[in-house]
Amino acid sequence: MSGFKRDHKEEEDGGGNPFQNIEKTTVLQEARIFNETSVNPRKCTPILTKLLYMLNQGEQLSAKEATDVFFAMTKLFQSKDVILRRLVYLGIKELSSIADDVIIVTSSLTKDMTGKEDLYRAAAIRALCSITDATMLQAIERYMKQAIVDRNPAVSSAALVSSLHMAKLAPEVVKRWVNEAQEAVNSENIMVQYHALGLLYHIRKSDRLAVSKLVTRSIQTLMYTNVSLQKSSYAVCMLIRIAAKLIEEEGADRKSSKSQSPYFQYIESCFRHKSEMVVYEAAYAVVNLNNSTSQEVAQAISVLQLLSASPKPALRFAAVRTLNQVAISHPAAVTACNLDLENLITDSNRSIATLAITTLLKTGAESSVDRLMKQIATFVSEISDEFKVVVVQAIRALALKFPRKHTVLMNFLSAMLRDDGGLEYKASIADTIITIIEDNPEAKETGLAHLCEFIEDCEHVSLAVRILHLLGKEGPKTKQPSRYIRFIYNRVILECPSIRAAAVSAMAQFGASCPDLLENIQVLLARCQMDSDDEVRDRATYYSSILNRQDKALYNNYVLNTLQVSMPALEKSLSEYINLNTAQPFDIKSVPVVAVSKSENDVKQKPEGMLISSGPTKISPSRDENFADKLNSLPDAQSLGPHFKSSEIVELTESETEYVVKCIKHCYAQHLVLQFDCLNTLNDQLLENVRVQLDVSEGFEIINEIPCPKLPYNETGTTYVIVKFPDGDILNSVGTFGAVLKFIVKDCDPATGLPDIDEGYDDEYMLEELEITLADQIQKVNKANWGAAWEEAESTFHEIEDTYSLSSMNTLEEAVVNIIKYLGLQPAERSDKVPKGKSTHTLLLAGIFRGGVDILVRAKLALADGVTMQLTVRSTDQSIAELITSAIG
Amino acid sequence: MEACLLEPNLYCVKGIAILDIDGNRILAKYYDKNVFPTPKEQRAYEKNLFNKTHRANAEIIMLDGLTCVYKSNVDLFFYVMGSSNENELILMNVLNCLYDSVSQILRKNVEKRAVMESLDIVMLAMDEICDGGIILDADSSSVVSRVALRNDDIPIGEQTVAQVFQSAKEQLKWSLLK
Repeated sequence: MSGFKRDHKEEEDGGGNPFQNIEKTTVLQEARIFNETSVNPRKCTPILTKLLYMLNQGEQLSAKEATDVFFAMTKLFQSKDVILRRLVYLGIKELSSIADDVIIVTSSLTKDMTGKEDLYRAAAIRALCSITDATMLQAIERYMKQAIVDRNPAVSSAALVSSLHMAKLAPEVVKRWVNEAQEAVNSENIMVQYHALGLLYHIRKSDRLAVSKLVTRSIQTLMYTNVSLQKSSYAVCMLIRIAAKLIEEEGADRKSSKSQSPYFQYIESCFRHKSEMVVYEAAYAVVNLNNSTSQEVAQAISVLQLLSASPKPALRFAAVRTLNQVAISHPAAVTACNLDLENLITDSNRSIATLAITTLLKTGAESSVDRLMKQIATFVSEISDEFKVVVVQAIRALALKFPRKHTVLMNFLSAMLRDDGGLEYKASIADTIITIIEDNPEAKETGLAHLCEFIEDCEHVSLAVRILHLLGKEGPKTKQPSRYIRFIYNRVILECPSIRAAAVSAMAQFGASCPDLLENIQVLLARCQMDSDDEVRDRATYYSSILNRQDKALYNNYVLNTLQVSMPALEKSLSEYINLNTAQPFDIKSVPVVAVSKSENDVKQKPEGMLISSGPTKISPSRDENFADKLNSLPDAQSLGPHFKSSEIVELTESETEYVVKCIKHCYAQHLVLQFDCLNTLNDQLLENVRVQLDVSEGFEIINEIPCPKLPYNETGTTYVIVKFPDGDILNSVGTFGAVLKFIVKDCDPATGLPDIDEGYDDEYMLEELEITLADQIQKVNKANWGAAWEEAESTFHEIEDTYSLSSMNTLEEAVVNIIKYLGLQPAERSDKVPKGKSTHTLLLAGIFRGGVDILVRAKLALADGVTMQLTVRSTDQSIAELITSAIG
Repeated sequence: MEACLLEPNLYCVKGIAILDIDGNRILAKYYDKNVFPTPKEQRAYEKNLFNKTHRANAEIIMLDGLTCVYKSNVDLFFYVMGSSNENELILMNVLNCLYDSVSQILRKNVEKRAVMESLDIVMLAMDEICDGGIILDADSSSVVSRVALRNDDIPIGEQTVAQVFQSAKEQLKWSLLK
């Protein structure tokens, strides 16, 4: 049946497609015809085409197959047929990376490249460069130089472009061709100019003076003498990019304003260029220069405004996209284009329309919000979900910018929630509402009401579960918690098991936080114990028995602030526990605590202009777990106990030095594993036995060093040092270590990387000092109900209080950021956001010290000539509390 | 969207593709090793791209962080891709050059069957337009002059009956269309 269908299809295609259903083995078989003594182009051309088509379709050849076919192909050089020869060049380029011994065709190609037939020469150069490596390049250098200045533009372009490709492999050789490239810049042909300019810039880009000379000279030729350069839009675009980069690099040490710079004047002069491509390029460059004043960008923006009314979609798109980018840095300047942007909202190209809306939302003033929302409402039903998500993201940004407008925005969002839409769209709306609720206490009650209404009729289980969770968290803190109970209990009656289970958990939160509702909750939970689903019954029984005890500590640990260990790690520890010894009780403390994820921030940074996401992102194991696996493979690491935390990367050298060393500090309960990633940037040295010698502070003890046996050029090797923290002396567990990189150097040949002599000599390299800070030893922990934990800790924890004056801080925000960074604790209850215009603030922090000791910190900040801070630390361990208070100051 | 100055280099084009009416690849080339390194990823992207573009004839789209300009005719879709910050008009020029070259090679008969028949020349044209991501030439007439090598004046005796018939049909068609 399927065979019949295919036949039918082929008929429809009109006589069949010669390239349908081709198979690798058949094509390779057919390619043997190339080996025949007399080459028949009429037969060989279709077969070679078939082969190229097959490669283009993504078929993979093994090295042997490729080599065989490659050698067969070289036989075709006998033929004089032009097309066949050109196809052979294509084949050489395709196979050059897979087949072996491809250099065999060098002489044939060199012959073609220097021959008389112009149709061969350009393509032969490009094919030749694809099989050439750094050492071979010197052999053909003479021909390349000639080709660059050849009178035939195609040959010259091909040589220039190939040189640019080769510059990656053999920069030194290509640098010697600078004079030829210089000559080619003055060519009559526009593409040759473009390619020559590109090559010249590439050769000279590290030398700013030479680049500025290049630009100045090119600008002069362009303005006064050579009219043809004016025509080369590509070269002009390239020149604009180079000039913009020069302006940027000069930016730091320039005193006068940008508009004085000749390069800036040149870019501005390009606004009057004939080609729209150049005009746009110039406008793009100007608006993207750092620290431009609004005066400087004004002209560029009016150019973009003109372009945005073009009949060409690509031009409109380019203009709106650029305006969208500028809207962040120069909202006021873009406001002038609002009228044009509003026209684009109805553009038939939805990418353009969406960019226009988001730009408008970014630049919109508070007063225009109402009008804009009305406008969006008119067309929101017509666009696809993907674009709606972009609009919702823009609304979120708007809500954060104008908190007072929350009612309008919230109403709009809830209307959007009621419309049809996919999960992703609904989830983004719910996310936005949640963000607004969290950011703006005034909006909380209305937001929760909208969400309650939404779950009444929500087809997406995952979303309903999330909202119920949020209701459980936020509901009890509102003025009238009881009104949410009805919505939640309705779910228990009407929904599927997973939603019912979530609803039970949410009710329990109310029970634990609002004593006056407890009795009613108990009744509802008792009913849920009769549920048909076991998960729901289990949860109901569990919560109702905890709530029965009426014990605050139990509430805190098992209802309000739940388990904080990392789930994969818990699973691993549990399965290990079952396999080993079950006589002793399982110790939950031995499971690493989950690091507070940064996903929340990531969502905000997600580029909103990207209209369509690239599918679901892969869920990768967290960074810490990656390290844990790697570290476990080290000898000794097993005995250190579970991995606690890894620090951020610390650079111990400047990034441009001979050896680049970066350090990651992995913390264990009693030990510290220091991972040094070393990079050798000297191509004439091979390093062996690379290790870091540490000069540790008092009390620390070096347990083991694991050197990196070999470190060739441009590779990263890793060496480890295991250090033990001072025994029982927590107060001394912060310190500064001196560090020296030690290694054996063997001089080697830069080209091959093999050492010249067997004997090396010892050498060392001073590194910057390595600091072991408090934050390295503390894992951030998210306390959902910080207040409850704090109250409970009052009686059971040790408390230390101290007052500091932080004279170097000028604002509360700065102080908050620095305290969080310094202590490495997680801010709770969004206390890291300082409300505007307040002179006092309380920062609430929570974390766990290595070894599993809880820490709670309250920092009361007051602003008066610097920041004054009263720090209260509560911890189960007296000395840790002391350490924290002593560490500040 | 990350706004930044464009690095001055010649590597503008990330990929060129010609797809058929079912979204299958006829020819495609990707020039950046970091953009869709495996055939599988390329296929997935082409599928996605085709689904987003085959209905709306809107000339330009942003997909997976690439700016993609496109054009279609009968049963063919031409795409040129560049980074999301690339000058769209440069990409557009490349696309126009690709389309015009193919159109001239196929004598305005831009459809899948014709492309398949002259696949070798179309491949050469693509190779002449872009080399490893650098625009080699964006002027269709000069591209065609470098690849339109097929000698049409094959003596009548060597042409098959079908070829004669086909060329006669085409000439008649064009004379009628005028």
